[in-house]
Amino acid sequence: MFTIFGIPSAALFGQLLIGLINGSFYALLSLGLAVIFGMLNIINFAHGAQYMLGAVAAFLLLQWTGLGYWPALVIAPLVVGAFGIVIERTLLQWLYKLDHLYGLLLTFGVALIVEGIARNYLGSAGLPYVLPDSLRGGQNLGFMFLPNYRAWVIAVSLVICFGTWFAIERTRLGAYLRAATENPTLVRAFGINVPVMITLTYGFGVALAAFAGVMAAPIYNVSPQMGAELIIVVFAVVVIGGMGSILGAILTGFGLGIVEGLTKVFFPEASNTVIFVIMAIVLLVRPAGLFGRRA
Amino acid sequence: MDTTTSPVITGAAPSVLRRNGETIGFVIMVAALIVAPFFTYPLFLMQAMCFALFACAFNLLIGYVGLLSFGHALYFGWASYLAAHAAKVWGFTPELAILTGTATAAIFGLLAGSLAIRRQGIYFAMITLALAQMMYFVALRMKFTGGEDGIQAVPRGRLFGVIDLSNEMTMYVFVLVVFLAGFLLIYRIIHSPFGEVLKAIRENEPRAVSLGYKTDRYKLIAFVLSATLAGVAGSTKAITMQIASLTDVNWPMSGEVVLMTLVGGLGTIFGPVVGAFVILFMQFKLSVVGEWVLVIQGVIFVTCVLLFRRGIVGEIAALFKR
Repeated sequence: MFTIFGIPSAALFGQLLIGLINGSFYALLSLGLAVIFGMLNIINFAHGAQYMLGAVAAFLLLQWTGLGYWPALVIAPLVVGAFGIVIERTLLQWLYKLDHLYGLLLTFGVALIVEGIARNYLGSAGLPYVLPDSLRGGQNLGFMFLPNYRAWVIAVSLVICFGTWFAIERTRLGAYLRAATENPTLVRAFGINVPVMITLTYGFGVALAAFAGVMAAPIYNVSPQMGAELIIVVFAVVVIGGMGSILGAILTGFGLGIVEGLTKVFFPEASNTVIFVIMAIVLLVRPAGLFGRRA
Repeated sequence: MDTTTSPVITGAAPSVLRRNGETIGFVIMVAALIVAPFFTYPLFLMQAMCFALFACAFNLLIGYVGLLSFGHALYFGWASYLAAHAAKVWGFTPELAILTGTATAAIFGLLAGSLAIRRQGIYFAMITLALAQMMYFVALRMKFTGGEDGIQAVPRGRLFGVIDLSNEMTMYVFVLVVFLAGFLLIYRIIHSPFGEVLKAIRENEPRAVSLGYKTDRYKLIAFVLSATLAGVAGSTKAITMQIASLTDVNWPMSGEVVLMTLVGGLGTIFGPVVGAFVILFMQFKLSVVGEWVLVIQGVIFVTCVLLFRRGIVGEIAALFKR
């Protein structure tokens, strides 16, 4: 045991770990927002609600069918992603020619509906989600105790984030996607089915949110309002990073998580607000965002 | 020089027609608000008028500059905190308490506005929402706001130290005067040369810039005006309802004012007023169904955006134009 700036090392590394965990969720969610915004030009306000739906789906799978964490990690994103596709086909597709603001308003409405229904059936209190046996326990690293599940969350988020980055920046499908973001009309003229790509992109972004939700379920309790407050922080993350760059979204997410964790150690009163303060500073110094292009 | 393309000339004929419609609408509104307290709860009407003014202030930004602020609860809620604190702890008279709250909202509006106007469109909405959430956490932490309890039992006091506002009808007249003054001020702003520049920015900002207008300055002034008027509404509500609480400063309140304006009609003079009364009446009637209110609000949002983008007043106006 040693101390750094008068703080016991275990507390410091413990908060850094929590920061990294929060950062994983910021990164996963802002990545989803960026991917959806790139294709649909819509800020998906329902992203938080869809993250919550992922956690709720995992909880209900366990309650009703006894299916545990591992099946839920696959089933919940698929189910919620399918729900996203239905929303895109029935609601969002009518808005593409309108001002972007209408997309924000509509998805805000969807978020209210989803959250309201969840509150009616689950109540406002958090519901605990039991960890799978295979991920219990932890490692003693000498300077701190590392629970296995937390290590798993960070590792998986990194893999998913960089997998998404690779798929978009380095594969043929990703090239179509980027091309369709730049100029959908021209890409359609080349015989590529852009509307289907848009639908699947939204489905993928929503599934990503649900996946984050399943991973969050054992850490935070499953509750109907778990997404609403998170999504506002993620908005600030997106403003700081700018949505132009996938890698930027990932780095900003993890970085801000760590900063938030450190704030909890050195100045706990500001831990809720530090990300918003950083956003204000970034707006003053670099209005386009850290990785943004000037619009 | 070709003067026929000047907007003043081409807009002259319809504007006379519109002015007539607005005068009639205004007379109906004032008459209804004078008669209404004899038929329904004055307290409900006073609350509705505060929200109507709040929605009108919000509409000044979205309807006439095209800026969607998703954080107007910040000005409404913080103004109500300061007004309540001034009336209760400092012993201010109601009009001074309201001025205190309003000044607070104006200062916050200046700070938040000068940050938010650095980005456009969707980012503007996200920044205003994030800043409002930050100030929500500050309100939650600070001692004087009373945290979860809020500031309760705020005295209504004596207006100018003379007129006792604890009488329901006297209070009603006061709120009505404040509401009408705010409403007329917004009307005046919209129809001033300044308001015309705002509309030009909404229609085509690069063009307004190329005509030599410093659009950022216009946007900031509009933002501060909107925040200030939201502050008037919030302060008046705190004195009227005798409470300031976290509800008024939290993000669902920002969403609610968007909903009121959307239902009534974005960019219409009377839309926000109609929308505020409709939404409050709905909440009043639906208070028995509990959490379903959230679902119903969501459904109204979705329906309005998909099918009903002009709102109630916008649809009526469109009907008359034909």
